Amino acid sequence: MLEIKNLHATVDGKEILKGINLSVKAGEVHAIMGPNGSGKSTLSYVLSGREGYEVTEGDVLFKGKNLLEMEPDERAGEGVFLAFQYPVEIPGVPNTTFLKEALNSVRRYRGEGELDAMQFVKLVRSKTKMLHMSDDMLKRAVNVGFSGGEKKRNEALQMAVLEPSLAILDETDSGLDIDALKTVADSVNLLRSPDNALLVITHYQRLLDYIVPDHVHVLAGGRIQKSGGKELALELEKSGYAEFAPGAAA
Amino acid sequence: MSEPPFTEHYSALRDALPGQNLAWLSRRRESALADFSRQGLPTPRQESWKYTSLRPLEKVGFGVDGAPRACVSIDRAPSLLPAASEHHRLVFVDGHYRADLSSAGTLPDGAQFTTLREVMAKDPDWLERHLGTLSGEPASRESQPLLALNTAMMMNGFVLRLGEGVVLHDPIEVVHLGGAGDRPLAYHPRNLIVMAPRSQATLIEHYTHMGEQPYYTNSGTEVSLAEGAVLHHYKLQADALNAFHTATVHAEVAADALYDAFGMTTGAQLSRNEIAVRLAGEGANCHLNGAYLVRGKQHCDNTTRIDHLVPNTACSEVFKGVIDDEARAVFQGKITVHRDAQHTNGHQLSKVLLLSDRAEIDAKPELEIYADDVVCSHGATAGDLDHDALFYLRSRGIPEMAARSMLIEAFLAESVHNIAAQGICPALMSSIGHWLAGRREGL
Repeated sequence: MLEIKNLHATVDGKEILKGINLSVKAGEVHAIMGPNGSGKSTLSYVLSGREGYEVTEGDVLFKGKNLLEMEPDERAGEGVFLAFQYPVEIPGVPNTTFLKEALNSVRRYRGEGELDAMQFVKLVRSKTKMLHMSDDMLKRAVNVGFSGGEKKRNEALQMAVLEPSLAILDETDSGLDIDALKTVADSVNLLRSPDNALLVITHYQRLLDYIVPDHVHVLAGGRIQKSGGKELALELEKSGYAEFAPGAAA
Repeated sequence: MSEPPFTEHYSALRDALPGQNLAWLSRRRESALADFSRQGLPTPRQESWKYTSLRPLEKVGFGVDGAPRACVSIDRAPSLLPAASEHHRLVFVDGHYRADLSSAGTLPDGAQFTTLREVMAKDPDWLERHLGTLSGEPASRESQPLLALNTAMMMNGFVLRLGEGVVLHDPIEVVHLGGAGDRPLAYHPRNLIVMAPRSQATLIEHYTHMGEQPYYTNSGTEVSLAEGAVLHHYKLQADALNAFHTATVHAEVAADALYDAFGMTTGAQLSRNEIAVRLAGEGANCHLNGAYLVRGKQHCDNTTRIDHLVPNTACSEVFKGVIDDEARAVFQGKITVHRDAQHTNGHQLSKVLLLSDRAEIDAKPELEIYADDVVCSHGATAGDLDHDALFYLRSRGIPEMAARSMLIEAFLAESVHNIAAQGICPALMSSIGHWLAGRREGL
């Protein structure tokens, strides 16, 4: 589904990603772990098309298409979803208006018909029910006044509505206590299927207790330094990232 | 020395001006004309006109029409209220009252909502006592040449008069359609609102266009609110993009009365809304809020002046603007807290979205405080759309133009939804939507 080949990227002229290679297949969960400043968030922004992140070398293929040539909204249409580390507050835009506009934009992109107001309400209610969320969050402005946990659950709701084939979870555990973390992880697990894949970006292992990865990669110094199974995450929890620090023996 | 522009209209109109039988009115017109002739149109040399030049007005070559002569056939005038509502409304085409397009709702006893001409004919003594009283002091007239021009040449306008305790439950509406003539026309609607103690009303003014001709509306409105009266005064100025619009409002607010104004501007190549409010009794309160969306080479000026004259008065002012292309907006807000006006509460805010590098805002907030126990604040911001919010929306599949529109709409929606007469919100939101659609299509 996702093929990243020798990806180099700079931010403000500084090279952050220095040759990433990664292959993700449908149905898989990949965790990208690494110390602060290793390029984890840069990778998620490069994949979702944020401005200010310049790819200087390499390719990213998503379902065989060149992802890097697409606008952020086209990537969403193709099925890429970024769950933000810090979901943005948008005063004046009701959550439900936002969700409907997003869903219909994606449906237009995919050549599917738009949903009318009734169909949309029915769909979104089924999703909030599935995720055990109250409908009251729909009426409020996007993320405005939401607690940390509510913001992340709102990300999960958007994911449920847009049904992406690749979801990138960027430090989803940050700012959450353990109960909120479990709730969000449960929501994400409900959305997993053999047809979609997850890229879980995290500093800490604890999220991976709840969203269990098939593959774990250590990202440090702009490269993937080590890959393994879920046991690699547990090792890192014990030993930390010291061995991947710049200058440490490989 | 040549006469200032527009003065020659007086002789052209002389025979058609209403109220010629009223000596006091003729004297006021003559004196106003003399005032205007002496001063001419305001120029940027005057402090309060520093950012707005009326020069483009002089280039058009406006004429006047003493009698209605619309060339465009009109069978129905647009409304900002839901189609089903049977409200009272007055419709003017190129400044002339059109009874055939107007509709009479039911007004309670003690309420009068009619044309200036009718009041000139039927109640001239009352009119003499009220017309020009808020703006007529020689000192203020000196700096009000547009109002002097209006006084000299006013043909018509509306009068709203409410007796003590009279409450209008339904909004009333004034619609102005411009550009329907066969040549560029200038006209000067004159309006008068006099509300007795504890009366209440919601008044909507809608300026829009039918024909192709440029036109110039120069309105003057006097508002007098007695103790405990409440006026919600809403205005949508959606004039043609080749039109000119200047409006001067003087309001006097007595104890415990509320003047609640909201104005939205999308039209006219050059517009200026000037509102002066005197909070003259304890507990007097005013809200002066506004929203504007301008593009191309439009110029939109909102100038307000609020005088806190006595203790315990309050004002709040929020103007939000969206400026695209090479358009330019001006916000001048002066709040004066006079020496006796202790415990004044005054807040003012100007917020602007600049959508292009060539868009411009000149914001001039001014607080003058002569009392020592007051709470006053002001602020002015200008910036681009929030890039993080834009990326967030786009990352969910919403194309860039639509995402920008959503954020622009959200920026203004707050102001619109804060207005008390919820009935006109859909119409105001749809005029925002219309502007955004035009922007997307590059109109």
